[in-house]
Order: sequence, then structure tokens, then C-alpha cells
Amino acid sequence: MSEAAIAASPLATASEAQLTWLRFRRHRLAMFGLVVMLLLYGIAIFAEFVAPFSPDKSNARLVFHPPQAIHFIDDAPDGWHFRPFVYGYRLARDPKTLAAKYVLDGQRKNYLKFFAHGDSYDLWTLIPGNMHLIGPEDPAQPMFLLGGDRQGRDVLSRIIIGARASLSIGLLGVANSLLLGIIFGGLSGYLGGRVDWFIQRVIEFIISLPTIPIWLALAAALPKDMSPLTKYFCITLIISLIGWTELARVVRGRFLALRSESFVTAAWLDGCSRKRIIFRHMLPSLTSHIIASVTLAIPAMILAETALSFLGVGLQPPAISWGALLKEAQNVESIAAAPWLLLPGAAVAITVLALNFLGDGLRDAADPHAH
Amino acid sequence: MPTDMAGNLNTPVLDVRGLRTHFPLGRITLKAVDDVSFTLRRGRTLCIVGESGSGKSITARSILQIVGPPGRIVAGQMLYSATPGAVPVDIAKLPARGKQMRDLRGREIAMVFQEPMTSLSPIHRVGWQIAEGLLAHGLMDAKSARARAVDLLRQVEIPNPHEAVDRFPFEFSGGMRQRAMIAMALACNPKVLIADEPTTALDVTTQAEILRLIKRLQVENGLAVLFITHDMGVVAQIADDVLVMYRGEVVEQAPVEELFAAPVHPYTIRLLDAAKKLGMAAPPARPNVAMGPVMLQVRDVSLTYPAQASLFRRAKPPTPALRGVSFDLHEGENLGIVGESGSGKTTLGSCLIRVLKPTTGEVRYQHRDGHIVDLAGLDREGLLVAHREIRMIFQDPFASLNPRMTVEQCIGEPLLVGGILEGKPLQMRVRQLLGMVGLPPDVASRYPHAFSGGQRQRIVIARALALDPRLIIADEATSALDVTLRGQILDLLLELQPKLGLSFIFISHDLGVIRYFCNRVAVMYRGEIVEIGSADDICTHPQQAYTKALLAAVPEATPARRSLLAS
Repeated sequence: MSEAAIAASPLATASEAQLTWLRFRRHRLAMFGLVVMLLLYGIAIFAEFVAPFSPDKSNARLVFHPPQAIHFIDDAPDGWHFRPFVYGYRLARDPKTLAAKYVLDGQRKNYLKFFAHGDSYDLWTLIPGNMHLIGPEDPAQPMFLLGGDRQGRDVLSRIIIGARASLSIGLLGVANSLLLGIIFGGLSGYLGGRVDWFIQRVIEFIISLPTIPIWLALAAALPKDMSPLTKYFCITLIISLIGWTELARVVRGRFLALRSESFVTAAWLDGCSRKRIIFRHMLPSLTSHIIASVTLAIPAMILAETALSFLGVGLQPPAISWGALLKEAQNVESIAAAPWLLLPGAAVAITVLALNFLGDGLRDAADPHAH
Repeated sequence: MPTDMAGNLNTPVLDVRGLRTHFPLGRITLKAVDDVSFTLRRGRTLCIVGESGSGKSITARSILQIVGPPGRIVAGQMLYSATPGAVPVDIAKLPARGKQMRDLRGREIAMVFQEPMTSLSPIHRVGWQIAEGLLAHGLMDAKSARARAVDLLRQVEIPNPHEAVDRFPFEFSGGMRQRAMIAMALACNPKVLIADEPTTALDVTTQAEILRLIKRLQVENGLAVLFITHDMGVVAQIADDVLVMYRGEVVEQAPVEELFAAPVHPYTIRLLDAAKKLGMAAPPARPNVAMGPVMLQVRDVSLTYPAQASLFRRAKPPTPALRGVSFDLHEGENLGIVGESGSGKTTLGSCLIRVLKPTTGEVRYQHRDGHIVDLAGLDREGLLVAHREIRMIFQDPFASLNPRMTVEQCIGEPLLVGGILEGKPLQMRVRQLLGMVGLPPDVASRYPHAFSGGQRQRIVIARALALDPRLIIADEATSALDVTLRGQILDLLLELQPKLGLSFIFISHDLGVIRYFCNRVAVMYRGEIVEIGSADDICTHPQQAYTKALLAAVPEATPARRSLLAS
């Protein structure tokens, strides 16, 4: 390298965050994960609008209605049009067993339209509205893109509304964990010595506890008459009580590694106070690692919520979350009759995978020399 | 053992023609090795020399086809002839994972790597690792392979080879590990030995031993040696032929005497000048200056790491890192502290600036205004004042700048937190400091990653100068830099010294650098100063046996005087 030539490319003035973003963009799978997650969180935020129906609208005559495929091209006698529709189903009886079953009715087309007016809702309990992204032209006609459940409710709408609880519990839980993790991990890593020893032993104790029974016990101890919202926050807290230990260890490890870097010694020799060393010199170098760890911690939170609700101690109906929805698929008979009840599980899997891809990409981008 | 070696000496064993190894990196292609040709001959040593990033290691790895992805050999021939006159095999044509290539690796062409700490497997016994090649190539059964391992350990002069064969690498010192690595490389009687900076991580005295060992084994076995190094002193001592690489290309290739006597390419000339400037034969840069008043009195400083006991471990005896160190530093003087790794020189530097607190002893420092403080006993407030006058330069320019702060923020930090300057005047001062260290002022808004090692070290110097200090402690400040940059940084410091009225404590393992930069030198060994005196005296008339051994081990950059291998 010649001494005189100083890199003159636009990269020269790029900050570390910009470089991380450049590296992240090259990670295809992670970009894919990012797009999926943005989409999912977007759906969760505008859930009432995206969902075609109210999640609680039940119809005793449409129990376990099978999923209907959308057709976009309408082959009418006067030529074809772009006009989405679904074929209707008829309820018929098996002549031998007399069991009720749905039969596809090729003659009946239920036309759909975008921005259809349907069930009314209050978006974020604030803005009243009745417009839905997609819905039947005639609100009275059924449309079950992902089938119906035991009470004839639309599974798709319920998954979309459930995303709000499941995805936000991940974020809130991680926010709690992060707060605890940074405080205890930071103290442990920066102070070292006895404080470190004590905090590490506490963490080891918490990690050694069998999680599911503890969660069950804590969740069971919650009063039965709690409002769904309070219960939601309590569940978040319970989940993050265990989750913070991992983050604390990551933060501690990074602090320990950074403490011996010579630029931290240099900052001390420059006369920086302890506060300034931590917040100006050490934490900025930690942020990208912390973001990556947090992204990788969200899936665990989401899975924990799903597990708790599935076991019946997390969010309870009428509250809707993916775990609570999966509860419907707890017995073999309902799965045999309506396998689409398992679809909330697919939503969980997609979310967890996308977050893992995203987190891996962030981690690689934050620390390109880690391998 | 080959007995007809004498007749075969100087016959070519590996003929590399037009080798090109490229790394496609997205839109650009890094030409790590670009049209390199050379011939390795039996019983001769070819040195590839160049600065970091010149492609010397990639050349060596290309021969064994162990270039990491995305690197690829895109052109060239590597003709290997196992015996003189045999039909040569073109290694470049062999599939990298094929049997033929695997048969060549280790058995015909063996390699010794730079880092002895990481190139041996930590969970296998040394003897097993040496024997592994023999077993993998199906040359011996387990029993005779073990006997061969013992024999090899004896050849590489490891004491008690019968016991050493069952030891684990962590029980070996760095030098012993490198010997074990060499034993491993020689296990299958290869024809070619590739040594990639095998002594760079070692102390000079150990380096001399390893170089002597390689030479002896070469003579005994008629090996062709490809030796990669950045140290012109080592080249002068061991090479028969030299190949100078610069940015992937061969810029000059000549027999060693010729190259040193009459270098042709400007880069070679620059490299040799830099090596000679910091060599032991050069006239010292600094005459002994008239000494100013004493500014720093170090008295009986010791540092003992306390015994560490834990629940399951009995307390180890306390380890002394420094034992009764005393010296004076005069104003305007450059004091060098030289020693090998583990001698306590860095610990001493940390004690002087109070990053570490000495267990006992005094470090009396006289401030600019005349009042004297004992740095060893000072509290944080006192240190804040003292640290404005005593500054530090660190070894690794990549670790000593905060990657999240711009150059301006890095340099301005001490002024800002000291409440001395802010806003516009701070900006002006930073630009002035950048000018002082020879960087254009418009780089202030860039982040450290945009700079090379030498430029970063200039930024670190600018930060040290920001508070207008009197004393700078430089801990291996030039060790991470290439030799041509080393001289430039030293000259920059020497140029600034009279202008700014600076004194230096310069810590280094490199006697050449110390001799060039310092008026006086303290030689450290096992936590003690064994000898202290003027730089010239220490280098020409050393009194202590250790100093003599240290000096004798320094490879001199004159091929005419090959003292290193003789002793």
C-alpha cells in the first residue's frame, strides 16, 4: 500500500453502520428474511384491514368449510374478464352414512373484489372502518381462502389477527429481555470480579431450571379473571424472565472482549469517564451484535408463546394468537376433518425461519471476520 | 536417506512457470499472484520476500493447491520432478482433491506454517501428529511410525524425544512447537520444504535456532527450500536466490549477493534501504544528546500477579511480572526498552502510565510546572492531570482506533473530554494535528477503516499529540507495520521531537528499531533490567551474556556476513 494513496471511494467516509448495511445487502437469504418479516409485521399492524372478515364472525351452517381457491379469470359467455371469484360449496349428506359434507358447486361463482366493504372494525380500537383488502362483493356470501373452523369462522382472518399478538409478544418479550440482559450483562462484563461471578451463577441457575414447567406454574398462578390485555403482558413478562439470560451472556462476552481492546484503554487515557467509555466507546460497537442477537432471540419468544397458549395456559380464547389457534388442532379428529386448522403452525414456522435468516445475516454483517 | 545427493544438487525439482492465482470478488478480481515464475533446486534455498499483501503466501499455497476459496489457479505450470531426469508432473493440472495431489502433499512437498500456536492440533499428542502423515500415505505401520516420530524429534533437537513424543502441543513453547512442525513436515522425507514465515512469531534468539535447524536439515537431506519472509535480514542470512514480490508480481529475481549488492527495481531498492536503515550495521540515527533534567524517576517498580485460587484449584504461587525495575528518563531523551516476549517490557510500559498499578515501587514524574508526583500512588484526579502530559501509542493500529468514530472524533476526544476545546477551534486543531503527522486535513471526516496500517498509526500519533504532551510511551508502535513504513513512522517521530519538546519511552523487541530511534537502551529479561546504557554501547559493547546473545541472534541484512548460521 502506498502511503500517499488514501482510499478515495465513497466507502471511505462510510460509517460502520453503513458498511454493515452494505454487507447485509449482499446476504440474499437474509434480505429475503427481512422482506418477509417486514411484510408480516405490516400485516400484523393493519390486521383488521388485511383480514377479509371479523375473526369472531361465526356461522353455525359453515362449520369446517373447506378452503376455496381464488380464480382470477372469469370465463363468462361474453368472453373472459379479469374478475376474481371462488366457486361456492353446497352442504350435502352422504346417502349411506348421512354425514354432512361439502360439495363443490361448479355453477355458483362468488365474485370477490379488492377494497370490499364488509364487517366493520375499529383499527387499533381508534379508527372505525369496514373496508377490507379483499372480500366478497356480496358480504353475505362466504369466502374461506384457508377454510373455516369449528364455529364456521374464517381461519385466514384469525391467523392474520393472531399475528398481532404472536409477533408483538416476540418484540415485547425481547425488549424486556434486552433491558435485563444489557443491565446485568453489562455490569457483569464491565465490573468483572465478584459481581460477575454472582451474576453468572444466577444466570446458570436460571438456565438450569426446566423452562416449560416453570412457565406453566407461573402462568397457572395468574388470576383467572384477568383481562386479556393484562394477561398478555404477564405472559410476555414470564417468557422474558427466562429469555434475558442468553442476551446477558452475549452482552457480557462482548464487553469482556471490548474491555481489552486498545481503543478502550486509549479512551481511558484520554480522560474519559466510566460513563463515557461505556456509552460513547463500547456500546456503539456492541449495537450491531446486540441487534443480531435480538433478532435471533425473537423466534424463541414466539415459540414460547405458541407453546404456552397451545398448552392452554397462555392467551385464552377469545384472545387470538397463533398458539391459541393451534389449540383447535389439538385432537386428531379435528385435524382429520379439517387439516387446515394446522395452518397457524405454518405461520409460526415461516416467521421463525425468516427471523433466523435475518438474524444470521445481521450477525455476519456485523462481524464479518467472526468465522 | 538419499546418499547420492551430491550429484543431484542444483538440479531443478520444481519449476513454476507463469503462475496466476486470482480471487474473483464480485465485480473485481484480485490478482493475488500474477505471472510468477521461479525454479526450486535441490539443496538450495529460494526466499520469496515482500510486504504484507504482496502474494507471497498465496504463491506457496498455490503450489500445494490449498488456496482458500474463492481463490483459483487460473494459469501457469508447476512442473515437479521427483528425481532428476524424471518426466515432470504438472501440479497445476492435478485436481486439488484428487489422489495424486494428496500423494504429493506432505510426501513430496511439505509445508511449515507461520503460527506455531495454531498450526498444531491441540487435542492430539505431538508424536501422533508427526506420524499421521506416514500412516496416511501408507508408508509405515503404527509402531515404526512412532519410532520414526521419536527419531524426527531428535533430529529437530527436542530434548528427551522419547517423552516429548507423548506430549500435547500446549506443553511446548513456541520454538518447540515450530520444531515439532518441522519434524511433521520432514516425516515423509519430502523433496521440497515450503516454510511460510516460520520464524515471524518467534523471538530473535529462537528464530536463529530454527533457521540453523532448517539449514542443517537441508544440507543433510538435500532439500529444496522455499522460504517466505518479509525480513531482509533473514533473507541475507539464509537465501541462495531471492525473489521480490510486490502486489502479486515478481519485480526482481536474483542470487542473494547480487540482489543485495546491486538491486535494480526501485521497490527492491526501497526495501533494502529501509532494512539497512534499521539494521545493526547502519550508523545510529541519533548521537547522544546533551541530557536535560530528569523528568521520570522509576524506582524499584515490581508487579506481582496475585496467587489465583479457585474452588477446585490450589493457589498457584504469585507470578512476578516485574522485579525491582529502576531507571531515570531525562527530558528530550529517547529511552528504548528491548526484550523478548514475556520479558515484561509491555507490563513496564503499562505500569509507567498506570494502566496497571505496580505492586511496589515509585514512578516519580516531574510535571511541566515543576511539581513532582508519584504516578504509582496517584488517584484518578491526579492521573487525569498526568495523562495530559504522558501519552501512549499502541502496537496495533487497527485495534487502537474506535471503528465507530471518525478520525476527527478520535483525535479530538482527549481535547473534548478534557474540556479544552470544542466546536470550531477543535476542528482547526484536529486539522493542524493531521498536517503535523503528514495527512491531508480533508480526511478528518473519514472512518478508520479507510486507512492503511501506516496511516492509522499516524492518526494514533496525532491523537497522542493532541494534548501537547511531554512524554510519549510507544509500545511496539512500529511492529505491526511493513519495514518501509517503519522507517517513515520513526522519522516522523524524530522530526516532531525537537519541535514539540518530546521525550519517548520506546518499547520494542526489534533491536534495529531501538538502535535507530533511541539514545539509551534498557535490556529486559524475565521482568528485570539486565543492562542499561547508551544505544551505541549496548549494540557494540554489550556487557551481559543475555544482551550478547540477543545481539548475535539479530539477522544482519548483509549476505557477505553470514554470522547467524555459523554460530
